[in-house]
Amino acid sequence: MSPPLVEVSAISRTYAMRSGMFGRAAAVHAVDGVSLTIAKGQTLGLVGESGSGKSTTGRIVLGLEPPDSGEVRFDGKPMAAPGTTAWRAQRARMQMIFQDPLGALDRRLPVATQIREPLDIHGLGTPAARDERVRELLRAVELTPAHGARYPGALSGGQRQRIVLARALATKPDFLVCDEPVSALDVSIQAQVVNLLCDLQAQLSLTLLFISHDLRVVRQISNVVAVMYLGRIVEIGSADDLFARPEHPYTQALVSASPAPGRRSAGRILLSGDPPNPAARPTGCAFHPRCPRAIARCAREVPALSAVGGDRQVACHLVTGAATRDAA
Amino acid sequence: MTPLVSIEDLRVAFNGVPVLRGVDIALQKGEAVGLVGESGSGKSVTWLAALGLLPRHAQVSGSVRLDGRPILGAPAAELDQVRGGRIAMIFQDPASALNPVLTIRRQLCEALALHRDLQGNAVKAEARRLLDLVGIPDAGRRLEAYPHEFSGGQVQRIMIAMALAGNPDLLIADEPTTALDATIQAQILELLSTVRRELGMAMVLISHDLGVVAENCDRVAVMYAGRIVEQAPSNQLFADPVHPYAQGLIGALPPLDGPRRRLTAIPGTVPDPAHMPGGCAFAPRCALVADACGLAAPTLAPIADDRSVACVRAEVSRRALLGIAAE
Repeated sequence: MSPPLVEVSAISRTYAMRSGMFGRAAAVHAVDGVSLTIAKGQTLGLVGESGSGKSTTGRIVLGLEPPDSGEVRFDGKPMAAPGTTAWRAQRARMQMIFQDPLGALDRRLPVATQIREPLDIHGLGTPAARDERVRELLRAVELTPAHGARYPGALSGGQRQRIVLARALATKPDFLVCDEPVSALDVSIQAQVVNLLCDLQAQLSLTLLFISHDLRVVRQISNVVAVMYLGRIVEIGSADDLFARPEHPYTQALVSASPAPGRRSAGRILLSGDPPNPAARPTGCAFHPRCPRAIARCAREVPALSAVGGDRQVACHLVTGAATRDAA
Repeated sequence: MTPLVSIEDLRVAFNGVPVLRGVDIALQKGEAVGLVGESGSGKSVTWLAALGLLPRHAQVSGSVRLDGRPILGAPAAELDQVRGGRIAMIFQDPASALNPVLTIRRQLCEALALHRDLQGNAVKAEARRLLDLVGIPDAGRRLEAYPHEFSGGQVQRIMIAMALAGNPDLLIADEPTTALDATIQAQILELLSTVRRELGMAMVLISHDLGVVAENCDRVAVMYAGRIVEQAPSNQLFADPVHPYAQGLIGALPPLDGPRRRLTAIPGTVPDPAHMPGGCAFAPRCALVADACGLAAPTLAPIADDRSVACVRAEVSRRALLGIAAE
């Protein structure tokens, strides 16, 4: 296995949230002790429902937000302090793409100008070389220079997401954080963008952190998948194996909730209750109020993420490695 | 048997731009029909037009019958009996469909007063029964709560309760779970199918998610650019799609198990309604396109019991699919 490009160790992030105008500020643990490593050229998929902390994790990994505790190391070195020259150099090597391409683009500028912008900011190449690079990037995302002259409003959703991708690739980054990059796209267009991402990753040996709530898309693109619930990773393992044999009761429910053509809902695991409020996190295992298998211990002790055989790690008192895997 | 609802040659144009170009679909009592397609394909417009819910500047033509009686262009008084009474509708964003400054009781009772002949305490008792039915715990007390005091999944449950207030024969669910998390989506879909079974209600489930439709509907219609291009029983459509667009949609869906394969993306994008290609609207993106496709738009023609396809290359497309399956 290649050496890790990104190492995240025990990062936490807490926000203060006031309930009502005079309410007391409550602490919301958006991310709570998350550790991850992403090997060079690999894709780590991060799945979870809204409020699980997957986007905050992405922002911290990219240095858009400092963690309250814990550390992110990029290419063996800790993240530089924001605003310094070292930080800018590091940031050129890592980029992000978001769900809403129209929100990420300036409607009043031709898209080619926007693709060129990172090159101007980081002072890469001569002006003539920059124009050539823009054409090359447009080709890489399967668009023509004619598309570059257009404004975002004159492009379709899929084309806009390609422009955002081209701009993110302008500085030849090593690492790309994709936060729900295809969620707003129709199925047929989604498949185009997913295929394009896979191709570009192989050509440019990119390392990806791919954040999505869509299990199918995540499995398609990821080598390793981590499942988050209320700010913590509850299960992590290789993509195919994790979805074929989920161990954590939450992952099992999530996989079972994913509708599949040709499969009727027989044997579906239906969770009771709503996703809990991150400001009022349950004691012990955060999942225990909705867990069909919870025991008394789950309400008292927070389960630690521990290896259960193979490359799988699970945070559950009821999953304890080889014994349960054989029994299941 | 007279179908519950039959729509024939329904056409809609906004400012002269056609968005619905001749839709035919019929629904039997108690049947669940799915409507899939990408944004702009006309899934929602079909039902908004049928119920007279489109803005005044929309030009609507065709025929919509409920129990054999025409309802398209019917007088407002008659439509008011149909809308919410015989046919109810729920939408993607339930929070914006509720009034934030009124209690759930006020809003539920309003729907009940409009559609049911109930008085005084009976109204409140019925409102409570409906909340119980859709699985809101502690219904009696929760009636006095405001919409913001409920979670997204619960608000959609309340919308379902309101839709059920008029004892409808048909529920139109327009992307009812798109804004919800996966585990909550599973709960709401389960609720919809339980309610449908218990009340013998027909349902139209509009969704862009093929999986959701496949699991919850008996029959599926695939829409593209304002037309139905294929109609079939769910299991047959997913096992053996015939229209190249339906094949493309299913091929574009990443599998959740088995070996990973490269997704078969459909090239290009949906045509602009103002510049629709002559002939088949899918032809510019179709891998099987032939000269005949550019001549005239194919009509929906039966290919088997309960199956119809609008494609001149249907036979070729079917053989191509079987060929792939045999390899």
